[in-house]
Amino acid sequence: MANHDARAAHGIPQASSRPSSDAGARPAVVAPSAVSAADTPVLMGWGRLPAPGREVLGEDLVKLTKGAALTRGLGRSYGDSSLPARADDKVAATRMANRILRFDPATGVMRAEAGLSLVEINRIFIPRGWFSPVTPGTKFVTLGGMVASDIHGKNHHRDGCFGEHVRSLKMRLADDSVVECGPTALPDLFYATVGGMGLLGHILEVEFVLRPISSPWVWLESERVGNIAEYVAGLNRAAPVWPMTMGWIDCLSSGASLGRGILMAGRWATPDEAKIPPPRERLQVSLPVELPNWALNPVTARLFNTLFYWKHMDHHAAGLVAPDAFFYPLDAILEWNRGYGPRGFTQYQCVIPRRAGVEAVIEFMKLLTKFGGASPLCVIKDCGPEGKGLLSFPLEGTSIAVDMAVSPTIQHIVDRLNEFVIATGGRIYLTKDRFTRADHFRAMEPRLDAFLAAREKWDPQRRLRSAQSVRVFGDRA
Amino acid sequence: MKAVIVGGTSGMGRAIARRLAERGDSTFLLGIGDDDLARSAADLQSRHPQRADTGSAICDLERPEQFAGALDAADNALHGFDAFIVTAAMFATQEALEADIELTRRLVTVNYANTVVLCELARKRLVARGGGRLVVFSSVAGDRGRKPVAIYGSSKAGIATYLEAMDHKFHAAGLSVLCVKPGFVKTAMTAGLTPPPFAGEPDDVAKTVVRAMDRGKPVLYVPGMWALVMLVIRWLPRFVMRRINF
Ligand SMILES: Cc1cc2nc3c(=O)[nH]c(=O)nc-3n(C[C@H](O)[C@H](O)[C@H](O)COP(=O)(O)OP(=O)(O)OC[C@H]3O[C@@H](n4cnc5c(N)ncnc54)[C@H](O)[C@@H]3O)c2cc1C
Ligand SMILES: NC(=O)c1ccc[n+]([C@@H]2O[C@H](COP(=O)([O-])OP(=O)(O)OC[C@H]3O[C@@H](n4cnc5c(N)ncnc54)[C@H](OP(=O)(O)O)[C@@H]3O)[C@@H](O)[C@H]2O)c1
Repeated sequence: MANHDARAAHGIPQASSRPSSDAGARPAVVAPSAVSAADTPVLMGWGRLPAPGREVLGEDLVKLTKGAALTRGLGRSYGDSSLPARADDKVAATRMANRILRFDPATGVMRAEAGLSLVEINRIFIPRGWFSPVTPGTKFVTLGGMVASDIHGKNHHRDGCFGEHVRSLKMRLADDSVVECGPTALPDLFYATVGGMGLLGHILEVEFVLRPISSPWVWLESERVGNIAEYVAGLNRAAPVWPMTMGWIDCLSSGASLGRGILMAGRWATPDEAKIPPPRERLQVSLPVELPNWALNPVTARLFNTLFYWKHMDHHAAGLVAPDAFFYPLDAILEWNRGYGPRGFTQYQCVIPRRAGVEAVIEFMKLLTKFGGASPLCVIKDCGPEGKGLLSFPLEGTSIAVDMAVSPTIQHIVDRLNEFVIATGGRIYLTKDRFTRADHFRAMEPRLDAFLAAREKWDPQRRLRSAQSVRVFGDRA
Repeated sequence: MKAVIVGGTSGMGRAIARRLAERGDSTFLLGIGDDDLARSAADLQSRHPQRADTGSAICDLERPEQFAGALDAADNALHGFDAFIVTAAMFATQEALEADIELTRRLVTVNYANTVVLCELARKRLVARGGGRLVVFSSVAGDRGRKPVAIYGSSKAGIATYLEAMDHKFHAAGLSVLCVKPGFVKTAMTAGLTPPPFAGEPDDVAKTVVRAMDRGKPVLYVPGMWALVMLVIRWLPRFVMRRINF
């Protein structure tokens, strides 16, 4: 069999010391990866900009992470967070290390291997009345990735980031030792790891608390809003009342309708509201081919946005929706990231502090429209107070996320947007980033020195590094 | 079903054990490594709302003296198992095997001799209770002597022939035998390679295998496309096989 030989040819190490057969992956839970034309293996983030490198896969994370420079989960970070600094750095991929080690139905406490995905957690636990305390907009993420990015969800204003619900982490550190840390055990290591983009150690196991849910359905109320000021006011109004809020706006509209969009607020439905059978598993379709670069252009993007806006015919709508449709609308099409074509794309996500006022948000939207970054997607969320993770992204204010195709002007666009964000006292989200300059990041991150001090303490030789840490923190390549 | 799975801590065995546990079947894992077994058993337990019924014991295919004790442990825990599944096996490249005669001895012993010994012990228990299921993973590599998988393939051919004979001999006694022949399944070793168009995922394999067990199918190619591929390969004349490197 070709694969057997190929394993030797590619020098892919085996998870076990004895010669064994191969190991298993989960269906549809795959990381974006590819082999380039010259047959040099490359790794990619969700934005599909490749970097030379190769991951080692296996079921035993303790073995796998020995001597590794970086760990990655399902590669759903957009930029270079999960890519190696050098092609020959060992990158441990966790997705086969996915066992649930403990679940206590009395308290909701779960302990699991870091490669367990949210797809699996949802599949098994939603029907049993439990849900992750915080979820990102895709379920194709691992627990390790959720901790390393300290991910936030639609409930940030109420429940904070994922890290706030983590009780303990088992980690392999740069000196190869294995330790347990948490809010009270080695708290400095713990809070540098939460949101630390994998640079403090390899997360082997995660212990966190699931939330009970009142039904397997979500009650959603949505509203069409005419412009950005109305939108932000709507978010602020909904925040104290609704546990989950978010919305979508059309960044391509301008003038009086700048920032027209759909505002959504949701909560888990009560058993009385949800007197229908649980939602059925959705059929997954996948974008079968990479679309050409021109497929997504300003005209098609504008068409998409207009359709999306007017699809929401009623000014106000309310009803039950399945969690998949509510939390993960984009997951309906697997590998939708191929829609941007071979040029790849990035996501620009920043948070603009509340104290900068709604005017700053409007100015930012104007700047975006000016650059005309054709995008069918612009997500605006409300963020609550900053968490304890040293590099955790959210701070009290408005988060704006927009996808942008990579083009020759992308660096220029990101630089200008960053300058604006710095002036407002805001910051960008590393897990989406591929283009932010080191000096810009320093200017937007007052906590950076504390983070670098933690790295100095736990990894003085900077054995742990990524393409992103070279770019943003000046690690050696 | 009350299933014993040898190799259920990883790969396709892990996926099969999960599928069975999630639908409420009892499972018992045999394998090497206390800690690994305990972690996998804990995983299976959490996958069912009522705590799936599961357990584990050590059973190293290189140590036949452990076999009877391991089967006793499984029988005690499950009050008599009715399905015996073996996914465990060794793999090494043909080059590695040609370079190391001790490795060759170990691989053919584990994959063929000791697997037959373990299956015979289990088969006797099943037949004595009026039947049950015997499921063992062979490989498409066993369908034809081929250059890149010469020795590994022969061990898999041996086990396939054993299973066919068991089916003929004990079908009437209530034994339902399934020989699984995987082709390219996306696992650790295939990571970083461009998979062929019909490469399989372990979970899909598990689904098909459990369905085949439920229906009493004797031979299963996974992914199904390999049935066609191997049909062609089996009919290729020797002079062609000598020339090609497949
Ligand atoms: C469609 C889409 C929607 C999204 N929506 C949101 C959202 O709403 N909110 C949000 O916060 N994020 C969102 N994200 C981003 C995503 O949640 C994060 O990038 C997440 O970290 C990805 O998890 P992963 O397992 O794929 O990690 P990867 O992308 O593989 O890795 C991300 C980072 O985590 C590190 N890491 C991963 N595993 C480990 C480990 N075991 N030990 C140490 N370090 C590790 C990596 O080194 C890397 O720095 C979205 C992404 C997509 C594609
Ligand atoms: N993946 C493919 O493409 C493919 C193709 C054709 C056939 N197959 C066959 O399918 C079966 C399952 O493969 P897989 O991909 O799921 O492989 P896998 O994950 O590597 O599973 C093999 C299992 O065998 C165990 N094992 C090895 N030596 C053992 C011993 N002496 N005693 C007890 N257990 C032992 C391993 O335990 P440790 O992990 O503890 O070592 C491992 O759990 C194997 O029989 C394989 O030959 C696979």
